[in-house]
Amino acid sequence: MHNLTIKQMSEKLRSGEITSVQLTQHFLDRIDQYDGELNAFVTVTPELAISMAEEADKKIAAGEAELLTGIPVAHKDIFCTDGVKTSCSSKMLDNFIAPYDAHVVTQLKKVGMPILGKTNMDEFAMGSSSESSYYGPTKNPWDHRAVPGGSSGGAAAVIAAGLAPLATGTDTGGSIRQPAAFCGITGIKPTYGSVSRFGIIAYASSFDQAGPMTRSAEESAWLLNAMAGFDERDSTSTEGARPDYASELNNSLKGLKIGVPAEYFGEGLDADVEKAVKAAIAEVEKLGAEVVEVHLPNKELAVPSYYVLAPAEASTNLSRFDGVRFGYRCDQPTDLEDLYKRSRSEGFGEEVKRRIMVGAYALSAGYYDAYYLKAQKLRRMVRDDFTTAFESCDVIMGPVAPSTAFNIGEKSDDQVSMYLSDLYTIPVNLAGLPAISVPAGFANERPVGLHIIGSYFSEAKLLNIGHQFQQVTDWHKQVPAHYQ
Amino acid sequence: MSLGKTEVEYISRLAQIEVRPEDVDGVAAKLSNILDLFSQMEAADTQGVEPMSHPLDAVQRLRADVVTEVDQHEKLQAIAPSAEQAHYLVPQVIE
Repeated sequence: MHNLTIKQMSEKLRSGEITSVQLTQHFLDRIDQYDGELNAFVTVTPELAISMAEEADKKIAAGEAELLTGIPVAHKDIFCTDGVKTSCSSKMLDNFIAPYDAHVVTQLKKVGMPILGKTNMDEFAMGSSSESSYYGPTKNPWDHRAVPGGSSGGAAAVIAAGLAPLATGTDTGGSIRQPAAFCGITGIKPTYGSVSRFGIIAYASSFDQAGPMTRSAEESAWLLNAMAGFDERDSTSTEGARPDYASELNNSLKGLKIGVPAEYFGEGLDADVEKAVKAAIAEVEKLGAEVVEVHLPNKELAVPSYYVLAPAEASTNLSRFDGVRFGYRCDQPTDLEDLYKRSRSEGFGEEVKRRIMVGAYALSAGYYDAYYLKAQKLRRMVRDDFTTAFESCDVIMGPVAPSTAFNIGEKSDDQVSMYLSDLYTIPVNLAGLPAISVPAGFANERPVGLHIIGSYFSEAKLLNIGHQFQQVTDWHKQVPAHYQ
Repeated sequence: MSLGKTEVEYISRLAQIEVRPEDVDGVAAKLSNILDLFSQMEAADTQGVEPMSHPLDAVQRLRADVVTEVDQHEKLQAIAPSAEQAHYLVPQVIE
């Protein structure tokens, strides 16, 4: 049942062949069987899931079902979920039962999608491997020695292993696309402002954006339709109605101009990843697309710029964790400053503390111009490079990451090398553009993702390309042998 | 750029994060590595470039200055480490 497509599940639910309770129980059983070894969930919510499935079955029986009604979902543990522990994989929030729902959670509840649980991630979404979780690393279903990527590593792993049919993620510097690539699934980061940030525990607010993580592009389109929408509680939510993200899925790719930037195929890119990505681009060309050369000359500046700006925003966002109103409080504080300092140093993990400190430093008197302001100027230069590139192409294609999934522990002692592994995804977040990762084969027996970057609000086009690519390839249908 | 003990203590105060004396050198080394990465920005010519804070250069949306939140302090304070009579409790600040 777990290898059915979402379309097949939806049809079986509406024809009465299966119930949402049966479907939900099937996935809960799989979680029970496999999550001990994967560690992809922080919290599993079987009672909530079944009661929501019962509601969904009533909705289906009443003929009020939408496409995704009754299909269970796993939320990244960054989405506040009313009455459910929402930890952001941090000791700081280990005791935090969210008192309200994130907008995304509300949206999917309205559709009637049972919540299976909350998925593991890098602490406060700061990482590229899911190793910095307070609850321990998640394993990659393709190879338990490998990381699933991050920060939405738990979400990617549950889709790859068939422990949930659909999952939500967030992407601040690549946190949907890189784990999607490492686990061989499809994931899209929409244009900044498309999905409400309300109730998503903030990391870097001018970058954070939520999106779907699924097996196919078509399924991402449907889940994005349910997730996106204007929300007045998010001051950066774009106004107006969202398009139907599935409306262009079947369009022909004839005449599509693919920009391939030389800067995305330079030094540091694994030769086998390069081969797989180039083969995927050639496959899209066969569908009638044409490749043109484009340039992103300031790509090298994106990583340092991001690692100034995102920690600077994090240092202010995470000042709310003070041991007073919610979350962890140290034992026996001697005075208020001791309460703040010890609650924070005991409650946060090493990488989170590092980013808060770096961010506070970058914003401090005497360094603001040299670091923060300079980084904001580079952000514009990176954005302008994309604007220029899109004058001669419709989309840009390249790798998602310079290698396939690395091994657990391989990079955890070297932050800067971990930061640099996000070099292809970060420029997209600086510019606020939409981008998708689509399974594009394997290198050294680990999955490779094809990165497709579009201009603002071109999600439907990206999903169209992903869907057409998936009509002529079957990489997205491959399942790790152990999880068939 | 290499940070010393004084800078680490200053940053620790700014960030309200305790750094134990035995950890100062390790923290200084790791933060210095990150600052080395930042120094790559220096070479870029940013003359005349406007700083960018929002990807779409959008301005903050305004709303009417009216109360939209309902009072739910009991629910919100139920998860506080220490609260009493609708107040959050902290160690004594004033003698």
